[in-house]
Amino acid sequence: TCNGHSYIMKNCEYQQIDARALGTPASSFQPCTEMKVPRLRRKWEVFPGKNRFYCDGRIILARQSGILPLTLGLIVVTSVLFFAFDCPFLVTHLTVCIPVIGGVLFLFVVISLLQTSLTDPGILPRALPDEAADIEKQIYTSGSSMYRPPPRTKEILINQQVVKLKYCFTCKMFRPPRTSHCSLCDNCVERFDHHCPWVGNCVGKRNYRFFYSFIVSLSFHTSFIFGCVVTHLTLRSQGGNGLVQAVQESPLVICFFSIWSVLGLSGFHTYLVASNLTTNEDIKGSWSSKRGAEDSGNPYTYNSIFINCCATLCGPMPPSLIDRRGFLPPDDIPPVAAADLELSSFLAKNDTNMVGMPSSGHTS
Amino acid sequence: MATEFHNLQELRHSASLANKVFIQRDYSEGTTCRFQTKFPSELDSRIERTLFEDTVKTLNNYYAEAEKIGGQSYLEGCLACTTAYIIFLCMETRYEKVLKKIGRYIQEQNEKIYAPRGLLITDPIERGMRVIEISIYEDRASSGSSSGSSSTSGTSAR
Repeated sequence: TCNGHSYIMKNCEYQQIDARALGTPASSFQPCTEMKVPRLRRKWEVFPGKNRFYCDGRIILARQSGILPLTLGLIVVTSVLFFAFDCPFLVTHLTVCIPVIGGVLFLFVVISLLQTSLTDPGILPRALPDEAADIEKQIYTSGSSMYRPPPRTKEILINQQVVKLKYCFTCKMFRPPRTSHCSLCDNCVERFDHHCPWVGNCVGKRNYRFFYSFIVSLSFHTSFIFGCVVTHLTLRSQGGNGLVQAVQESPLVICFFSIWSVLGLSGFHTYLVASNLTTNEDIKGSWSSKRGAEDSGNPYTYNSIFINCCATLCGPMPPSLIDRRGFLPPDDIPPVAAADLELSSFLAKNDTNMVGMPSSGHTS
Repeated sequence: MATEFHNLQELRHSASLANKVFIQRDYSEGTTCRFQTKFPSELDSRIERTLFEDTVKTLNNYYAEAEKIGGQSYLEGCLACTTAYIIFLCMETRYEKVLKKIGRYIQEQNEKIYAPRGLLITDPIERGMRVIEISIYEDRASSGSSSGSSSTSGTSAR
């Protein structure tokens, strides 16, 4: 953009004068005599969490893809075997709808799976040094820091209920409610549900609906294949060659073993959606009434199953907060510049004393 | 955006960044996006309380509109579900539309109200929707030592 370009041109002259005066070359200093426009980098290239990015930041994956290839492989192989061996028989003996329904379910499953894995789950960007310093200041002035370290929790009221917010040392901020830090991805994720190895990503606010539609459609898909294969085997009069028969029956075996876990998981998550809970909260028992008192209920529930479901699954889609494809400010911009460029984080990372503006107000 | 840079360049030539104030989130009504309307003491001498509160209240209303669950959001959600959410790749969601409105509103507020008083609001989306960052600029001509030590802004959400 031409605005970025004008910044570079202006600051080049600036930098040249100061460098000669001070005689201290900064490590990231670009000699302006070349008049070369440095390549603007995108924010995903300096992202601090353990994520991998593809297609120039459009696709995001966790560092360890877990067993996502296995999940995809199982689904594809089972479905292909089903289409290859069972569909021809069932089309002639029953109806042509069977491969159509199977095809639609298969597409749904694969698309939901890919969307769960490749979407930003709701990662919170880390606090910039200015913000972190401001929070630290508030912690130290509000606690007696004389003889013991100041408390790193903050209590707030949500819908007249006391909720504790914890301070995240990695991200340097107080975690918003329902946010948790995933150690595998090294990110704070909003409305953190769990980190799913099958999907190879965290499940959080932004991709929970994709995850839910994945497990529900997978339940239908495995039940469907299971039913069709059983129908096929019972309808077929004579048995065939041993090896061929074993291959034809493998979808049955795979489905039989996976159907219980997938159905169980779907049921569990349906319960979570209906009561507006996350797996994290359910496992930790955050809102279970230990003393039987009414004041430790879930403060986020709408007290109606229908509204809870709608809010979780059909609510508005929040945007991604990490702005993967945004551009970083160019290297040689002095500390005093537009306040709304993410300057401080960039400077903190470079860790050089930029050529001296006398009254730079940055605390870090 | 060109006008904003123009103002900023003027600020940059004649003023320097003195301090930053962070308006924290208000979680008293749940996890929906709201910011505290408590007036920070650092801005006492820079801007009228009512102007500041108006800005924050308008922003809160915009965010409430974006996150409202009602007829239109259900329609959007159900439609997206039936298309296996592929529609999110093609269509701009209501949330994104409101975010653009918020961006324009903040730019307008900066130009009209805040930059003339030596202040600058940063769009919360650039700070992960956690804070509204207000930068305070001091004139370089004046012997401005930054007034940044009283830090009572937003310690607890009440």
